[in-house]
Amino acid sequence: MSDPKIEGFELEKGFRGMAKDTGSDQTMFKGVHWGKAMMWIFLLSDTFVFSCFLIAYMKGRASTPVEWPNPSEVFALDAFGVPVPLLLIALMTFVLITSSGTMALAVKYGYERNRKMCGYLILATALGGLTFVGMQAYEWSKLIHEGVRPWENPFGAAQFGSFFFMITGFHGTHVSIGVIFLFIYCYKVFAGHYDEGKRGWFTKMRGDYVEVEILGLYWHFVDLVWVFIFAFFYLW
Amino acid sequence: MEETKKKSDQSSTHKIGIYLWIWGLLFVLSFFSYLVDWYQFQGLLRWSLILFFMFLKAGLIMAFFMHLYWERYALVNVLLWPMTAIVCFVALMVAEGKYTLFSRLFYFFVGG
Repeated sequence: MSDPKIEGFELEKGFRGMAKDTGSDQTMFKGVHWGKAMMWIFLLSDTFVFSCFLIAYMKGRASTPVEWPNPSEVFALDAFGVPVPLLLIALMTFVLITSSGTMALAVKYGYERNRKMCGYLILATALGGLTFVGMQAYEWSKLIHEGVRPWENPFGAAQFGSFFFMITGFHGTHVSIGVIFLFIYCYKVFAGHYDEGKRGWFTKMRGDYVEVEILGLYWHFVDLVWVFIFAFFYLW
Repeated sequence: MEETKKKSDQSSTHKIGIYLWIWGLLFVLSFFSYLVDWYQFQGLLRWSLILFFMFLKAGLIMAFFMHLYWERYALVNVLLWPMTAIVCFVALMVAEGKYTLFSRLFYFFVGG
């Protein structure tokens, strides 16, 4: 998390430190748990996947001579009889940010070995994620009822549907997987697996609260991707 | 209590205030980016505001929620340089998209 301390050995900071870390014969990522490093590598590859989707969307939208559907109208929701632009999407954004905040606090309390706070905050995060997936399911069914299909839609350029279902569907899958793992980790925290150092299912590694941080990285990444989808797909 | 302290000192934690601040900022920034649509800003102003709030939010999440601000440069640079490559890819595809649109208009409507 912060600078690691190795006895009798001073780690340099900044770019000199980077050069020394990279050139050293032991581990390159000093003081970083291997699971955390692997999660970062996975997230980097996932960044490429989502970038490919968003770049394909950008190119598709930029190169069609047919007018693109106005997202502000397509995603409007009636509140008390008045159509409010992007209402559901705004709510989804706030729900996801809230769950990201509770996750960050769960990581903090986990490192402080506050088992109950950590467990309840992970539970809150999971419920937030579940709410998000529910709202997305509602949004999908609403659009499908209005006749949006991957190959056509009543609002404008035909590509709109395929990009919409592909990008938000892939993001929703990530959220769903995250929710499943959040519930599992919530159980593990409450059961005290990380306090006792109980071994996991697939690994001999002893349980430690660093696993909560690794799960947190995944969850924040899901939020991060939503920031980009919100900006490029819904607002642009 | 003494034992708990010993166990946790391998990874120091940050004060709760910083998380709450970032959390609040993310809410405010999301609200502002929603306002961009609410007031129907158009053209260059709309795009630059969207990008500004987007990068600010992404930066705050990565730096503080994902702890990158406190990580060593070896990890930070391994993550950030490939993302710079993505930005180059975006720039290439913007040019490509414009060319495709041009040739479509040229051949579909002008007739070549």
